[in-house]
Amino acid sequence: MHDLAVQAQGVGKLYHLGQGRGHDTLRDLLGEMISVPFRRRGPSKPGRSTKHDELSQPHGDGQLWALRDVSFDVRHGEVVGIIGANGAGKSTLLKILSRITEPTSGRIEIRGRLGSLLEVGAGFDPELTGRENVYLNGAILGMKRSEIRRRFDEIVEFSEVRRFIDTPVKRYSSGMYMRLAFAIAAHLEPDILVVDEVLAVGDASFQKKCLGKMGNVAETGRTVLFVSHNMLAVEDLCDRVIWLKDGRIADEGQPKDIVSNYLQETFSTDTERVWKDPSTAPGTDEVRLHRACVRPADGSPRDSITVHTPFVIEIEYWSLRPNVYLSPSVALYNEQGIVVFTSGPEFDPGGRERHHPAGLYRYVCQVPGDLLNDGMYQIALYVDKNQRTILQQDDILVFDVQDAVEMRHGWHGKWTGVIRPMLNWSTDLVDTETP
Amino acid sequence: MIIRPTQGWAPVKLKELFESRELLYFLIWSQLKVRYKQTILGASWAIIQPIAIMVVFTVFFGIVVRVPTGEIPYPIFTYTGLVVWTYFSNALNVSSNSLISYESLITKVYFPRLLIPLASVVAGLVDFFFAFVVLVGLVVFYGFTPTAAVWALPLFLLLTVITALAVSLWLSALNVQYRDVRLLVNVLIQLWFFATPIIYPSSLVPEGWRIFYQALNPMTGVVEGFRWALLEPAKPPGPSLAVSVLIVVCLLVGGLYYFRRMERIFADVV
Repeated sequence: MHDLAVQAQGVGKLYHLGQGRGHDTLRDLLGEMISVPFRRRGPSKPGRSTKHDELSQPHGDGQLWALRDVSFDVRHGEVVGIIGANGAGKSTLLKILSRITEPTSGRIEIRGRLGSLLEVGAGFDPELTGRENVYLNGAILGMKRSEIRRRFDEIVEFSEVRRFIDTPVKRYSSGMYMRLAFAIAAHLEPDILVVDEVLAVGDASFQKKCLGKMGNVAETGRTVLFVSHNMLAVEDLCDRVIWLKDGRIADEGQPKDIVSNYLQETFSTDTERVWKDPSTAPGTDEVRLHRACVRPADGSPRDSITVHTPFVIEIEYWSLRPNVYLSPSVALYNEQGIVVFTSGPEFDPGGRERHHPAGLYRYVCQVPGDLLNDGMYQIALYVDKNQRTILQQDDILVFDVQDAVEMRHGWHGKWTGVIRPMLNWSTDLVDTETP
Repeated sequence: MIIRPTQGWAPVKLKELFESRELLYFLIWSQLKVRYKQTILGASWAIIQPIAIMVVFTVFFGIVVRVPTGEIPYPIFTYTGLVVWTYFSNALNVSSNSLISYESLITKVYFPRLLIPLASVVAGLVDFFFAFVVLVGLVVFYGFTPTAAVWALPLFLLLTVITALAVSLWLSALNVQYRDVRLLVNVLIQLWFFATPIIYPSSLVPEGWRIFYQALNPMTGVVEGFRWALLEPAKPPGPSLAVSVLIVVCLLVGGLYYFRRMERIFADVV
């Protein structure tokens, strides 16, 4: 009758930092009990803090609302992604949904069996063998013994550690450990699955397998709540995305829109700069900058650029003296500080010979799509006069080239390479004989 | 299912506890598996520990100090007490620290937290049975014939288990927040040991104190009950045992509710 799997209303979670509930020793508690009647509110002790400190804007008396007034619904069969910066409250929300910790306010109604996977391998005992841990961990995650026995072979097959199944897991490599742990969790069959950042583990091929499994889960009509920093996976797998920011819902809706808004806000890009007043603009008595921007070839500086998008870099400056030939050039740096390319209007036919009155000049540099890899880029601008640089601006523009889901065939790892050109390939079957 | 903040005293969810009995079984099973892994002597440690202590006590209190134990030879007198006591003190120790040692589980997975101290208390019973087999051997060796009172043994054992659980419910929940408990438990076990007639008979306790001594300490009744059931001339524990049982029941019920009350902050403060 009800098509809602999860209904959260006004959920809040308050953490007490330092003082309050966090007496570390009985002496603190006793000391407090004795001193409390004699003062209304004491100053908090210096140097007492917890790990939540750095996440926070503590409210008054060392309190932090990790979540505040969070309301959302999840329909049965929906795959919902939860994104947000570190400390935005994603993990707290999952912990409340999984009943690990209680909310301070609000209520959540859950219809169906909820299984959660907040950390792969939580509850693994290093001394026990792989086989023993499958049973123990399965039971911890809420599987019946008969259920585990029935799916045991399937789990071991998926984990690819059959040879070592009777070895204590403390002798496993971390990859094997993770694979076995994920395999158990992947064979849980709850109505609602809550997953936190599982995809950050394992090698690329195992990640692919895990995502495939998650995709299957979603296809079988089960409800999935999924926290990840992997925006590609979120965009690919989720029907809807909730963006948490400082414990509140900043936005929710279509994955593409929310992810792109989130990326734009989180990574401070600077795709357009304008200097209205030539007297304060960067420059010399020969040249003053007016405007610089980077934008998709057919869009505005606010539109996003993906690895496929052809884009342009525009530079406008005032040349203040007549008959002086100024030549601009740009250098594109990637996140590692590597110069991906430098370019200037060298091949503009007749540039040098033409008559150059003083005035506002615009240069447009066209960059083809399918050239750059995804990541953040910085543009440096140089203006030369007679082979001498008279103006240098190192980080005049900062922009993000986003990854695109197409062409990935379900794989979401980092595509390696300084650039990511689209190259022509041909395939021929040379011979049907095999040696 | 509805998730919302609970306030004050919450009901103890016994039904949920019963539904997770398979997990209880696996927790006990894994504790047993792990305990003697990578040891040479393995489960024989369950016997070696009480026997070694028995030998030491027999030398000091039986031969040197000459504690009067009537018709019962000192070694079997003290070993009978040690078998229950070893179980009780180990259970108390492990169980009080159990929530801390399962920290990674508590902060990552939901399940009734009560299972953890419960599993620790129950897992110790296996060691108890090994040591008990040796006790039966000693009983035969010293030529005692158990009386009809043997039927009471399981009841005394049950009282021991419940006492250990009741006390460790309080201690383990407190331990999550106040690590003092870990140190307190050691002191508590020491004091409790001397307050229990293991190395001496309770007849040595001054007449006027004896009634408090027997009523307030359930373990007195248990140790005397074990002797009564297995060693013919020993006397049955007095009516003060009823008071002990009442105290334990109160501790248990109070402990269950206290545990439930604290449970909601375990994941946040552990």
